[in-house]
Amino acid sequence: MDAAVFLISAAIVLAGAGGVLVARSPVHAALFLVQTLFGVSVLFVLQDATFLAAIQVIVYAGAVVILFLFVIMLLGVDRFEDLGVEPIVGQRPVAALIGASLLGMLLIALLVSVDGPTGAHGANAALGDAADNTRRLGEALFTDYVFAVELTAILLTIAVIGAVVLARKVRGPLAPLPVVVASTTSEDPEAGDGPTDTTDGHDAGEDT
Amino acid sequence: MVVTTSWYLALAAVLFSMGAVGLLTRRNPLIMIMCVELMLNAVNLTFVSLGTELGDLGGQLSVFFVLVVAASEVVVGLAVVVAIMRRRQGATVDDLSVLRG
Repeated sequence: MDAAVFLISAAIVLAGAGGVLVARSPVHAALFLVQTLFGVSVLFVLQDATFLAAIQVIVYAGAVVILFLFVIMLLGVDRFEDLGVEPIVGQRPVAALIGASLLGMLLIALLVSVDGPTGAHGANAALGDAADNTRRLGEALFTDYVFAVELTAILLTIAVIGAVVLARKVRGPLAPLPVVVASTTSEDPEAGDGPTDTTDGHDAGEDT
Repeated sequence: MVVTTSWYLALAAVLFSMGAVGLLTRRNPLIMIMCVELMLNAVNLTFVSLGTELGDLGGQLSVFFVLVVAASEVVVGLAVVVAIMRRRQGATVDDLSVLRG
């Protein structure tokens, strides 16, 4: 039973990952990513990590992928790209070689070289059964790891502020980045792929 | 057949390698971030598997923090992509070579 669930979930996970790799449209890639995330969530359930399985679905599939789709639609980049062209000659064979060697090294490191994990059993906090999982995680997070939890809270605040600062529309002469990008691309015709300096008022500070 | 930890570790290794290959081959910055997510998920799977193997809650606690950091990374990464795409519609990562010194 466990083996059947594992094999089906593994097939779902790997099919989704392959879809992300070869999808021509970013929207399709995001949906394949959802497939992979759901498969990993099933594997978490299979290992009695029920809280993480729920978080995986809610945070990853619910929030992160929605954010991806939102950005794709906001930018209007949801068109098919031509994967036939290979801008850097020989990039894909080299990438496949690097990936294969990485896989080989990982498999050796994880499966062959050591005779199982060598850590102390239950050194930090004992792993309870599945019904007890959420309570034990919460207790550990808010007692032993409360400083780390506070740090992640600060990290999330910084990320939100950084995202707002980065993505807001800059108006007026206080916009340094558009000036740099526009002038660089206009001087270097090879790097540009289209008109760049006719956007909505970003080059207002170019003359100042 | 009994599912051992090695099965999970092998699956995580394959998933990680696929994410790395995608990161090396794709040029759309959004899909590259998705490939980073694949690699992070492979690592999460490894954490949970080894935590189960050792009967330790530490693996699942690590996954919790990895999730938070991954969410922050996606938020900031997508903000950067939005800021770039707004100036250059349809830019790929190759076009960002204009940022070299």
